Amino acid sequence: MAEFNATPDFSGAFANAGALPSNVPCRLIETSREQWLRVAEALRAAEGMLLALWGHDERDGGQGFLVYASYLTAQGLLVARLCLRNGDERFPSLARLFPCAVRMERALHDLLGVASDQDDERGWLRHFGWPREFFPLRGENRLQTSFPPTPEPYPFVSVEGEGVHEIAVGPIHAGIIEPGHFRFSVVGEKVLRLEERLGYTHKGAAKRFQTLSLAAGHRLAARLCGDSSVAYAWAYCAALEALSATVVPPRALWLRALALEHERLANHLGDLGALGNDAGFAVGLTQFSRLKEDLLRLNQAALGARYLFNFVQPGGVECDLDPKWATDLPRFYSHLDTELEQMRSIYDEHAGLQDRFRGAGVLSTATARRLGALGLAARASAIPLDLRVDYAIAPYDRMRTKIVTQDAGDVAARVVVRFQECLEAMRLCQRLLEQLPSGDIHSAPRVAPSGALATGIIEGWRGPVMVALQAGPSQSIRHCHVHDPSWQNWPLLEYAILGNIVPDFPLINKSFNLAYSGQDG
Amino acid sequence: MFDVLTRILRTGICSEPLPRIETEQAANLQQRIWAVLGRALCIRQVDAGSCNGCELELHALNNPYYNLEGAGIKFVASPRHADLLLVTGPVSVNMEEALLRAYEAVPHPKLVVALGDCAACGGIFGESYATRGGVSRVLPVDRVVNGCPPAPPDILRAILEAAQGKRQALAAATAT
Ligand code: SF4
Repeated sequence: MAEFNATPDFSGAFANAGALPSNVPCRLIETSREQWLRVAEALRAAEGMLLALWGHDERDGGQGFLVYASYLTAQGLLVARLCLRNGDERFPSLARLFPCAVRMERALHDLLGVASDQDDERGWLRHFGWPREFFPLRGENRLQTSFPPTPEPYPFVSVEGEGVHEIAVGPIHAGIIEPGHFRFSVVGEKVLRLEERLGYTHKGAAKRFQTLSLAAGHRLAARLCGDSSVAYAWAYCAALEALSATVVPPRALWLRALALEHERLANHLGDLGALGNDAGFAVGLTQFSRLKEDLLRLNQAALGARYLFNFVQPGGVECDLDPKWATDLPRFYSHLDTELEQMRSIYDEHAGLQDRFRGAGVLSTATARRLGALGLAARASAIPLDLRVDYAIAPYDRMRTKIVTQDAGDVAARVVVRFQECLEAMRLCQRLLEQLPSGDIHSAPRVAPSGALATGIIEGWRGPVMVALQAGPSQSIRHCHVHDPSWQNWPLLEYAILGNIVPDFPLINKSFNLAYSGQDG
Repeated sequence: MFDVLTRILRTGICSEPLPRIETEQAANLQQRIWAVLGRALCIRQVDAGSCNGCELELHALNNPYYNLEGAGIKFVASPRHADLLLVTGPVSVNMEEALLRAYEAVPHPKLVVALGDCAACGGIFGESYATRGGVSRVLPVDRVVNGCPPAPPDILRAILEAAQGKRQALAAATAT
């Protein structure tokens, strides 16, 4: 990845980059329109990655609209800020350099009414539930405004040619899955093109944050993506703690990491079962869902809830771990370890399963790099990217986390990464318990200065989750943006499915298992 | 193959008894569902803007501990095959139309259970430009399950109770 000041160009561009409070090394750079693109170009050249793109209405402060982009670089997070003044509502698109920017720019337009100069002018989050000229993040618009639905067409890109037909799936799917729409162009059974349409679960999160106090925001953050609530709440709290210079007691950090690894484990177990099932091996689902339930019950007993929606609190964690778990949890891990090894060999040796897994939904390393793949999906395509190592925050700085990668980029690779990450997560949990510091689990959050901005970033089970948080007057939230790695990874699926057959879509889709609600916000 | 069979045998049966519901043993209710419908109670789940937390607990209901199908309940793919619509989420405006269409497709008497705090009253999202603030704002709701997310036994109990409450209606619907 890119290094700050890595090239002569950089030093010029970053001359006015100042430190931004965060749980990782982070800098903020004010850019002009030209610099906005120059920074992006320099980062692209140095293999930096666009992470998030968001905006905020600062017209009342006399600044106009602010557009932000955050980048992952080898030395930390870089946030670029562009101020659109004097009624300016357009900004230079980053999509030419970073394809993942397309949908983020469309979403930004839906929310704030500032448009990039890219071609795709279709709404992303706005379907037909509110009028085109209502931009929820503008200061004059209220959260509690209700509009009657006014249907309008959404032109999918159509593929012409002999024998080509379209299959439309969703938003409601056959199983118990989140809603989204998939439009396939197929010849026979072969997929020529897939176009995703998401945004169905948009709940107005960014605007809702603005009605909450800083001390309450983590509750909403934890409820944006139920399978990643620990990662989301931690990223939020990390931003808040950076903002207010609150020092979290080490014991609380260790317990947060324990909860985060349990979350990773629970999701991987669930996915491994579902992937077996989607490939016609129902025993896999039965076995893994049983193991997952064992873990959830353990969460309930040891950490207070099956799903840890309230565990991470500003300044620490909700409840302490009883000393007896120092021996009981490791006993569970070693039991699970054995079970996983057995299931691994069953999966490996099952000809039918391997036949479905191997060569299905291949995402090449080159495509993954070009599209800016993150997290688990990137690692299964041979890209060693894991913030637990790259930006090792406490306690990960003492854990020597092993980054699990696979080369093939197919469903089988994403299955193997999950198996190995389960083992690694348990090893980490074991170490966390061995080293668990004594002391408090909570320190009182301090006051956050009004107007201050901070970021928090955590490697969730899918990949990096980022929160950008700005304090308002009297400890209110001025604005809060939450980024899910699915923004980067949904487009990968459109490539991975090409040339595969439609009946393999559920399996390939599951092998990525991306967030809908987390992304829709 | 041998591995798989050994594993199945070694795991054994881990299903737990059904939760008790207010007036009768759930096991009796299962017989009554059968007596009325002659088959399982079929549920179509609709995610109307959930955070996915409620869905995770619905997945859990399908694990061997809760033995959902053993209770005579199963999830189906089409609302046309469903006796009960199980809705999660605060009803995002982007999902409203799809939810209404699914409801239309469910045959009478159209049981509706609103699952989770969001579905019950909008939860932390409330009512906004993007959400309707709960399922009852859009559809008649027979039963609400609170919790964020509700635990599997609570979900199971509510489904059983909703089915019990509407037993006569179900009987009438199947008779015609
Ligand atoms: S009730 Fe809780 S778990 Fe269920 S959708 Fe709402 S926030 Fe998620």
